[in-house]
Amino acid sequence: MSVDTATVKRVAKLSRIAISDERAESMKAELNTILGFVEQLQEVDIEGVEPMTSVVDMDMRKRVDEVNDGNKANDVTANAPASQNNFFMVPKVVE
Amino acid sequence: MTELVDVRTPNPKNFFPGEDHDWELVIGLEVHAQVTSNAKLFSGSSTKFGNAQNSNVSLVDAAMPGMLPVINEECVRQAVKTGLGMNAKINKRSVFDRKNYFYPDLPQGYQISQLYHPIVGEGEITIQVGPDKQGNFESVDIGVERLHLEQDAGKSMHDQHPTMSFVDLNRSGVALMEIVSKPDIRSIDEAKAYVTKLRSIVRYLGTCDGNMDQGSMRADVNVSVRKPGGEFGTRCEIKNVNSIRFMGQAIEYEAKRQIDILEEGGSIDQETRLFDPVKGETRSMRSKEEAHDYRYFPDPDLLPLEFDDAYIEEIRAELPELPDVKRTRLMGEGLSEYDASILVSDKSYADYFEQVAEGRDAKIAANWVINDLLGAINKAGKDIEDSPVSAEQLGGIIDLIKNDTISGKIAKDLFEIVFNEGGDPPKIVEDRGMAQVTDTGAIESAVDEIIAANPDKVQQAIEKPAMIGWFVGQVMKATGGKANPQAVNKLLREKIGG
Amino acid sequence: MTDLTKLTISELREGFKAKSFTSLEATNAFIDAIDTSNETLNAYIVQTADIARERAAASDAKLAKGEGGALEGIPVGIKDLYATLDVHTQACSHILDGFQPRYESTVTQNMFDDGAVMLGKLNMDEFAMGSSNETSYYGPVTNPWKRVGEQTDNGTALVPGGSSGGSAAAVAADLCAAATASDTGGSIRQPAALTGTVGIKPTYGRCSRLGMVAFASSLDQAGPITKDVRDSAIMLGSMASSDPRDTTCVDMPVPDYEAAIGKSIKGMKIGIPKEYRLDGMPQEIEKLWEQGKAMLRDAGAEIVDISLPHTKYALPAYYIVAPAEASSNLARYDGVKYGLRVDGKNIEEMYENTRAEGFGEEVKRRVMIGTYVLSAGFYDAYYTRAQKVRTLIKRDFETVFDNGIDCILTPATPSAAFAIGDKEMAADPVKMYLNDVFTVTVNMAGLPGISVPAGLSDEGLPLGLQLIGKPFEEGTLFQAGTIIEEAAGRFNAPRWW
Ligand SMILES: [Mg+2]
Ligand SMILES: [Zn+2]
Repeated sequence: MSVDTATVKRVAKLSRIAISDERAESMKAELNTILGFVEQLQEVDIEGVEPMTSVVDMDMRKRVDEVNDGNKANDVTANAPASQNNFFMVPKVVE
Repeated sequence: MTELVDVRTPNPKNFFPGEDHDWELVIGLEVHAQVTSNAKLFSGSSTKFGNAQNSNVSLVDAAMPGMLPVINEECVRQAVKTGLGMNAKINKRSVFDRKNYFYPDLPQGYQISQLYHPIVGEGEITIQVGPDKQGNFESVDIGVERLHLEQDAGKSMHDQHPTMSFVDLNRSGVALMEIVSKPDIRSIDEAKAYVTKLRSIVRYLGTCDGNMDQGSMRADVNVSVRKPGGEFGTRCEIKNVNSIRFMGQAIEYEAKRQIDILEEGGSIDQETRLFDPVKGETRSMRSKEEAHDYRYFPDPDLLPLEFDDAYIEEIRAELPELPDVKRTRLMGEGLSEYDASILVSDKSYADYFEQVAEGRDAKIAANWVINDLLGAINKAGKDIEDSPVSAEQLGGIIDLIKNDTISGKIAKDLFEIVFNEGGDPPKIVEDRGMAQVTDTGAIESAVDEIIAANPDKVQQAIEKPAMIGWFVGQVMKATGGKANPQAVNKLLREKIGG
Repeated sequence: MTDLTKLTISELREGFKAKSFTSLEATNAFIDAIDTSNETLNAYIVQTADIARERAAASDAKLAKGEGGALEGIPVGIKDLYATLDVHTQACSHILDGFQPRYESTVTQNMFDDGAVMLGKLNMDEFAMGSSNETSYYGPVTNPWKRVGEQTDNGTALVPGGSSGGSAAAVAADLCAAATASDTGGSIRQPAALTGTVGIKPTYGRCSRLGMVAFASSLDQAGPITKDVRDSAIMLGSMASSDPRDTTCVDMPVPDYEAAIGKSIKGMKIGIPKEYRLDGMPQEIEKLWEQGKAMLRDAGAEIVDISLPHTKYALPAYYIVAPAEASSNLARYDGVKYGLRVDGKNIEEMYENTRAEGFGEEVKRRVMIGTYVLSAGFYDAYYTRAQKVRTLIKRDFETVFDNGIDCILTPATPSAAFAIGDKEMAADPVKMYLNDVFTVTVNMAGLPGISVPAGLSDEGLPLGLQLIGKPFEEGTLFQAGTIIEEAAGRFNAPRWW
């Protein structure tokens, strides 16, 4: 399988990465090199094989239903590019 | 995705009239119910409603680099419990997936949810639609496709600043159960009954508080129309409807909109729409339209969620009596289907009723709870949880009737006093001299007086025994309503005959 | 006085104990070395000299009382991937511009609890995506090793490998006693091999990932790069732990890894997988592998030919699984909560501009490949298939171990260090990816793997051998690794900088 320029642009959009027409062209070639490389997986017989979900065999640890975190709005917003009164601020979203 | 199967027989009662032919609605509901828990699904921060912005937020909820989710065992338990309450298949192995999309109130850039292997599989909810004019309910089984656990998103506010939106992550990561129905619903009444029933089940179970006004329960409504019994039509999804009343309005508007389009020869675009409660209409959410591709895949930060039969059985053993079972039991105890249905429809009603009925006549208790208490509460716009008349007080009033201390009529006055002023019913009766007169001598003299003053009426009563009622009224009036009506009746019949 | 920067952890430990020198003296020696060398090598992107001196002094106070943990007073470098409280943490990406976490990673916390002294944050490939440390926002790291005859400022500058290039170079150039690193497809073992240092990637789940900036969650593991095998055991012992805040971290006590050093390997069965003999593999790598076999055989191990039939599919499967996970893990860098924000006329443009400017080209490539392979219609063909292949790769190893093999010996890399700005690799991303061809299988199967320096290339550059162990049997790797180290000797970069 390989990608065309339109697909590269669609994928860039899905990835929220701005891409110029020119870069989309070169990116297309790079992505196709990689897709060509992974193509060899098609030859593996995977009949009846379960996909891996966890590389280490173990039970999932769970937390008890206890409130032991939070109340750190200052820490949470300390690195925000824009914030006010412990709110994050973003360019206005229209629904 | 699963194939759509039609399990319903078209019922003309549900049809929507059209120009050339009738239309049938097909509705499927995705209800998001907030899990009752102290902490969030994958972090230790609080789920409490109404706290200061970003205070219920941990570094995990804010998606700080390197932070990892750890699942809250109580949320798992609540989901299993809810599944059992819907007679659903519990999956002993389920998997958390990431649903990837960008939105400012989605800090991770993905929502942890369960797509391919949900914790709960197929189940069923029996709804009661009605009552009709005869007071009868129709029972309908609505299939449940699945229930899965997922994270709630945060909240964006758009009215605080001219060019910026404000983001609060307090809800980010709160556990939700998404309960997806099959497209088995065929009318607005059924849709309302379904959400009502689902809310009642989770409240009985204590797995969700069901408060729609606080967003603890909200529904995505999938609506399509078709010729009765025909092929399924193209559906539209109305997002995030947060009241049962709005849901009814939204479906009605949407059905008419779709029918209009189809009757004009147009076709329906599958799209996501938003209900505007002010205008009472749905509108397309164009912003959500552009090619969504959520790229679901198993969350590599979490292992599969696994448990055994013993775990399920332990939870099953804790299940309370659920509304359907309770309704059947109450009907066996002499209640009408109507009364039983009303009482079980809300766990708080049932709890109140059962307290009143304890050691008393169930039918009488039901009448008082439904007609008097619920009537007064609704009129006062109160919840039964903070009813001014406690179950104990209402029981006391009923006891006073039972032991002939007061008449049924006086009891209504007494109820009103307790409702408005509070107090101990027997004491109020005593203090205010409300006890009925059972002293035959006193009643007899009143009866004699009335008979003597109305010879013509006596004559009429002899000819027409129904006239006795007029005498009863006069005697009651003369005794200030306190005479025992049975005693009055008995005396009048003896003296006038008939 | 001896040059304190040349000492191993165990030597420093002895020196502190014997009161030959203090932690503060050692720390100052490293700070001086960094001041002198870092401009040339670019191993550190941030120095924390004040914090280091403060912690060293505190360690000296403890040491004076005969107290202190396993790393008490040991000056270390920390890969920029690890969150360090209030200190620059950017995974060497521009998108985390200015980020100073209000938290500490579990691994660094474990080390600081044990007394480690942080000298600064180390350079790395952006988000650990790379095999040459050339994708860092802070520029490439220069390998302290140069080819024989080129060991001058003007000699060809070589890469230290990646993504833990800063860690490997800093250890090799004596700019820290040891360093933390991380390994998703070979990012500890490959740079260790290319710099003559020791690097271990422990079993997946042995170290907590909490506070490590995530690249590919199902593959990422923390581990150390050190001067020798004993130090590797000491460092891992401190870094590893269970962690209630990482569901994928095992709830198992950490063994005394150092106890494995010096134990005989008599009777140990060492597997030699035939699939690692690649077409066109350089003669010197082939030769090194033969020498490794001989070293282990001479020490009493039994050498057994084995087969791991799905080996060749590990790298292609990796280049589906890792980018897929990365595309999702890196979605949080959106200009809202931290780091860079580049404005746009609406929120969508803000996202797109921020991510276009904040991510480097290799990261963008991987995010886009990952997005593509997960997108509608391709998920099963790519992702599900790759995860099935992964099951087969793991099964290959299980079969071999079930048949009595104790550990597996392979080359660590297909070549010695190459030049910074290598044209071929720059032109073809897959050429660069092939650097991880021997290491990536281990990540795909979640196993422990160690790279130990075993010889020099024809051009005088270090080469490493890799030992692969059973899950949670890192001790076996230290045991066998010590044998190679003793037989091959240690390799120090001739100083030219
Ligand atoms: Mg939905
Ligand atoms: Zn949902």
